Amino acid sequence: MRLLKLVPDHTNIHFLKWQWPTTIISVALMVLSWVLILTHGLNLGVDFVGGQMIRVTFTQSASAPLAQLRSEVEGLGFGEPIIQTYGAPNEISIRLRLPEGSDKNPAAAEAMAKTVSAKVKAAHADARIDGVDSVSGKVSGELGTTAIKALGAAALAISIFIWYRFEWQFGVGALISLIHDVTLVLGLFAITQMEFDLTTVAAILTVIGYSLNDTIVVYDRIRENLKKFRKMPLPELLDLSVNETLARTVVTSGTMLITLLALAVLGPKVIFGFSAALILGIFVCTYSSIYAAAPMLIWLKVTPSSFVATESKLDRQERLAREQR
Amino acid sequence: MLDFPRWKQLWFWFIALVAMAAAVPSFVSVAGYAWPAGLPNPKINLGLDLAGGSHLLLEANPDQVTSLRLESKEEEVRNALGKGSHPVQIGDISNKDGSLSFMVSNPADIDAAREAILPLTNGAGLSGQRDWDIKVVDTTRIVLTPTKAGIDQAVSDAMTTATEVVRKRIDALGTREPTIIRQGADRIVVQVPGLKDPTQLKALLGQTAKLEFKLVDTAASPTDVQSGVAPPGDEIVPYAAGAGNIAVKRLGGIKGDQLASAHQVFDQQTGEPQVQINFNQQGGEKFAALTSANVHKPFAIILDGKVLSAPNINQAILGGTAVISGSFTVQSASQLAIALSSGALPIDLKVVEERTVGPDLGADSINKGAIAMGVGTLAVVVFMAVTYGRFGMYANAAVIINVIMILGIMAVFNTTLTLPGIAGFVLTIGAAVDANVLINERIREERHRGRKVFQAVELGYKEASRTIFDANITHIISAVLMFVLGSGPIKGFAVVLMIGIVTSVFTSVYLTRMWVASWLRKTRPSDLTI
Repeated sequence: MRLLKLVPDHTNIHFLKWQWPTTIISVALMVLSWVLILTHGLNLGVDFVGGQMIRVTFTQSASAPLAQLRSEVEGLGFGEPIIQTYGAPNEISIRLRLPEGSDKNPAAAEAMAKTVSAKVKAAHADARIDGVDSVSGKVSGELGTTAIKALGAAALAISIFIWYRFEWQFGVGALISLIHDVTLVLGLFAITQMEFDLTTVAAILTVIGYSLNDTIVVYDRIRENLKKFRKMPLPELLDLSVNETLARTVVTSGTMLITLLALAVLGPKVIFGFSAALILGIFVCTYSSIYAAAPMLIWLKVTPSSFVATESKLDRQERLAREQR
Repeated sequence: MLDFPRWKQLWFWFIALVAMAAAVPSFVSVAGYAWPAGLPNPKINLGLDLAGGSHLLLEANPDQVTSLRLESKEEEVRNALGKGSHPVQIGDISNKDGSLSFMVSNPADIDAAREAILPLTNGAGLSGQRDWDIKVVDTTRIVLTPTKAGIDQAVSDAMTTATEVVRKRIDALGTREPTIIRQGADRIVVQVPGLKDPTQLKALLGQTAKLEFKLVDTAASPTDVQSGVAPPGDEIVPYAAGAGNIAVKRLGGIKGDQLASAHQVFDQQTGEPQVQINFNQQGGEKFAALTSANVHKPFAIILDGKVLSAPNINQAILGGTAVISGSFTVQSASQLAIALSSGALPIDLKVVEERTVGPDLGADSINKGAIAMGVGTLAVVVFMAVTYGRFGMYANAAVIINVIMILGIMAVFNTTLTLPGIAGFVLTIGAAVDANVLINERIREERHRGRKVFQAVELGYKEASRTIFDANITHIISAVLMFVLGSGPIKGFAVVLMIGIVTSVFTSVYLTRMWVASWLRKTRPSDLTI
């Protein structure tokens, strides 16, 4: 039986030849993402800005009558609604600010949800109200802070772990490629204006996890080769390491993409944004583990001697154990 | 590395089978069969986003506790100083600016007054502080100030009681399996699966249900009362229905917190809905004392600071039963009955976050989530089989055991599966497959370098394990941080990830190595198809 090999044996692609063009592309994409985030902004959901979100599915229609809904809801006098589809064209969310003074008088928010739902149901026979989320300004502020804290703490803690396990250059390299990956995913949310909510934060955390996973696999091989081939020039050694791990990179990214595509196409529409963010994340992470994480080591001047001279505790234990045997 | 003694093999199988067995009751219940009673029944809860239902976050206002405490302390102080063989005369009581102060009429009594009040303060929890500070100012004035520790303790006690009251009220509504958890210093999370419209629930939880009976001050000037000016010793209370105020004596009334039960009934003459309350022993005695001492005088029935009615006491009520009328509907009367019999909330609660998921959307999410996971897993299984052959099949078996183990462990810890949790599954399966990809690619590589079969497999597992270890530590770090710092959906994701990382290392590294090792020892192949 012949087995499938996505990457042929003895592949030797000269990746670092494209080091400079890809660096320019990476930097340009990051700048573009930031420009988009700053000009368009993220379409923050009620989780982060507070307000009320009503989810509606039009069970008999292929797509929701967005313009009509907008004028219907606007006519109710609760201010301008944000109405958009998520995942499928017949599933929409209507977002409104909470009425003035609803902090003191919860009945006002309640009445608003009732009025809007009743209006939509009356005007569209096939409208099914799927849920109402109502988040006060105070709670949304806290949710935002905890989300940022969780993101920041995770990124920092993992970089420190990599520093401890490898060398400071690797920690910095991992952190920069991580920032690269997260920035591009945020850029996707800025350009598509998909709703950015707590579930999206979970997606970004997953991208962080996957980005580091990819970087670590490549770095592990670089470390191994640095010890093995003391005399090899660094660019050549990086190319060798990336090529050696290429089959794994392709197969793993492939399987992740298969499951995520299934989730995006067949899965519940509520998490479409989540799946979309992860699919882009997988591409970006794979790319950055080759073109951001690896070349960074050249710029940060990693040398075989600097590495071996300060081998980590675990490595020393491993080496001593080997020598004893 | 490839040496697996018998006990180790049995031990691995034991772990895998026990964890998988724990998932069985959940599967049986999803399939719609009943799990036999008497057997252990660990089950995964479905989050509201999957099951449909309502989620409410209630917040209390701690300032309110402070002012209520001042009021009740005033009563306590009056009682403590008024009794005994030598009552202490006091005057000019005020509880403004967050502390209670009063003059002792005869300066010689000041030490006696201090002695009498001292037993009214207690240690505040484990802080080592008292809950009130007693100070003597200008030799004649005593000032009681609540300490920070005392306030915290009081808020915490109030929240504990409030949580209990919330639980009783929701149980009285007859909803199934609500989750009621205290969160932080001043919040309560309420989750009721299957509840489509939380309006009634919110109305019930929003009602403090503090019932009071106070004597009406008939001597007060009606113009003063209507303009809201209280004569000394009185307070002005507005009517619940319609306009107008009434003056009642501030002290000497009784509270309606000593009830045995409350029911909605109908007035036998008019057929109007009413609430009948039955006092417990102690409450009944107090009520009897109040009514027999004030026959033919009016008293006000006050609910949450508003007068429901102010009937005349025609005769002493000795039976411990009373009927409250007001302009009730059947629904508002039965709601009040539930609220009264579950006790008053010691603190007002306000809804600050509310999420409702319709049952259709929930069912939709489960179905689609399951289909997506099924298709995704199947595609990965096929892909792994055609890429790594026998080794791919080992990896597949490991992934399937992994998924069942995660479900089993989630069931044992009674955790909740949410939509982001399903996403966590995707990442976990990805990580588990990645581990086997790393191992198998390394074995391929070592074979190309010309190593013998046994050596290649051994090196493959050994070298890849280091990478897998590093990668999974990073996942653990982010999962733990997400769990500790994150909220709601992020937590649901982190739970699956934390469990999944542990089980995926176990299945895709240890279990597959055991299978590969026993296959190698049995067949002793000279070449590998990998």
